[in-house]
Amino acid sequence: MISIQTEDFCAGSEHQALRGAGPGTGAIATFTGLVRDSGDLSGVTGLFLEHYPGMTEQVIQGLIDEAGQRWDVQRARVIHRIGPLALSDQIVFVGVCSAHRGDAFAACEFIMDALKTSAPFWKKEITREGEHWVEQKEMDVARTQSWDQEA
Amino acid sequence: MSEPTVTIRFFARLREELETEQLSVPAVANQTVSGLLASLASRGGPWARLTGDQPVMVAVNQAMAKPSTPVRAGDEVAFFPPVTGG
Repeated sequence: MISIQTEDFCAGSEHQALRGAGPGTGAIATFTGLVRDSGDLSGVTGLFLEHYPGMTEQVIQGLIDEAGQRWDVQRARVIHRIGPLALSDQIVFVGVCSAHRGDAFAACEFIMDALKTSAPFWKKEITREGEHWVEQKEMDVARTQSWDQEA
Repeated sequence: MSEPTVTIRFFARLREELETEQLSVPAVANQTVSGLLASLASRGGPWARLTGDQPVMVAVNQAMAKPSTPVRAGDEVAFFPPVTGG
């Protein structure tokens, strides 16, 4: 299930929901991304997140489907927030449950890495000096490409 | 009957630089993404940046597209900077 929302989420509740996938679940891997005080700029006081409604959900669903073809994925959950976010706010949640930890770790990391370089979201950093649209990082692109090489 | 058009959307830095979120242009026969981009860039001013040094990504009907992707009447074409979510 995919949610794009302005509201905060409870990672604990999401984890609990993933436990409901059934008795075949042996592992849950989750990732939560937070707003930190430095990115392209230092002294970041908040972010603004923009997205392309419709395309975003399609791209993320495609990533979940791809993860399901490559690993044992019993259930996957992605939440991404949009709009204004403050320092230390939660931005993104990815949770995957599987029979075994290897599949859960890999699928969770793959979805997160690929989301960063293919889902149409854009971050703007807010500082006391001004605003700045974040640049895509070569490191992030390389991480996503490394999953292609493993396939 | 209304003229066949293509809807164009801009996001993030491009939306701000062009001060345009969405516009509608007449559909052109045998048009591609690169042809549409060149015609928008020819408006001059900030529009020229569409074919400048900064990378511009494009989606046609909400699927990632290439310069050679055809653009037809009724299509939604979106231009945006490389994505930075997560």
